[in-house]
Amino acid sequence: MKELILIAVGSAIVNNVVLSQFLGICPFLGVSKKVNTAAGMGGAVIFVITISSFITGLIYKYILNNPFLISKGIDLTYLKTIVFILVIASLVQFVEMFLKKSMPSLYDSLCVYLPLITTNCAVLGVALNCVTYDYNILEGVVYGFATAAGFFIAIVLMAGIREKIEYNDIPRTFQGTAIVLVTACLMSIAFMGFSGMI
Amino acid sequence: MNKNVERLYNGIIKENPTFVLMLGMCPTLAVTSSAINGLGMGLSTTVVLICSNLLISLFRKVIPDKVRMPAYIVIVASLVTVVEFLMKAYLQSLSNALGVYIPLIVVNCIILGRAESYASKNPPIPSIFDGIGMGLGFTCGLTIIGLIREILGAGTIFDQPVLVNIGFTPITIFIMAPGAFLVLAFLVAGMNIVRKKMENRGTPLAKPSGCISGDCANCGMSASCTGKAVAVEEPKADVTAEKPQN
Repeated sequence: MKELILIAVGSAIVNNVVLSQFLGICPFLGVSKKVNTAAGMGGAVIFVITISSFITGLIYKYILNNPFLISKGIDLTYLKTIVFILVIASLVQFVEMFLKKSMPSLYDSLCVYLPLITTNCAVLGVALNCVTYDYNILEGVVYGFATAAGFFIAIVLMAGIREKIEYNDIPRTFQGTAIVLVTACLMSIAFMGFSGMI
Repeated sequence: MNKNVERLYNGIIKENPTFVLMLGMCPTLAVTSSAINGLGMGLSTTVVLICSNLLISLFRKVIPDKVRMPAYIVIVASLVTVVEFLMKAYLQSLSNALGVYIPLIVVNCIILGRAESYASKNPPIPSIFDGIGMGLGFTCGLTIIGLIREILGAGTIFDQPVLVNIGFTPITIFIMAPGAFLVLAFLVAGMNIVRKKMENRGTPLAKPSGCISGDCANCGMSASCTGKAVAVEEPKADVTAEKPQN
């Protein structure tokens, strides 16, 4: 239990996925203009990463890294990048279809953000990190959920700040992306303050 | 100008993926803590980009339009796996420094972007040169950002102490996470000035494409991206947000 809490706090706050690992920068900069849309995006990312870390964990443990196959001399672990990206791509499509049929209300709130989060490097990054850190499936799911929660925190905070920045007088050259990056820099410094926690 | 030379010029200067198009921001921020890391990442991306452009261009008439994205992803992912294992075998220290960002070349928008917008429509030879140009442009961008961060943050250039000898105290924050954002912010601001000047001269630079600009229409990844749906939805959100005030 203590292990799990350490993983969760560590990946959500201390090693924040956006601000210290630089995964998922694209949606962080592109979809953070409004708090509403940012929260929607964050919610969709939490949903997808939690499910995908579970599924990729299962596939890695029972198919790619299967002790039976390895004892027969077939080591499939080198296929992990290819398998994970395809699994994530098809999983997102599948989740979308499933939600549309069985949970229309959840689908309505997430649908615009769901179609293929494949290109979001955070999803693939989490799946690969689970293998690198040698997490079991439960640890992997907790790690995935906490990482995505860290993404949610970062993108919602960023959207809140950007809504305020709209009213500020910014030097002309820094308008647009540049001031967003300066903001991200300051947020990143703030998040470094957590680094002594674990 | 020869078409192949034109592709090289286009990739390195005119549509430089880092400075002009602002593509592939994740690796740009993540691995540029030193010039050598930036160079290594840039060159490995270049290798993948050249091979993927070649293969996709060769198979462009065979791959059905409906499944082209998964097909491209499989091709790119296989190439990335090859590069990853080659680096593990021959460049152990660089492979350790770059870590998870090597397999993440798969989701680098430059590669799928070039596949979608150039290699899938053009013959193999120009596609190879397009890959070389774009790859070298990306390598230059990463190396330059890496150099700036390394000089300011560690006082070294390619691990050779330079500024430390003359009494310069390194500003360590530049090789840590916040420094990446700050250097990129000043870079974007600098490019804004250049952009303005070029526009006044009547030769405007290419617009940033990719997520950083929010301009999803011109993005190579637009077929398979979440951000797009959100950007389309944005005006709608504005309307609902303004309603209570009226």
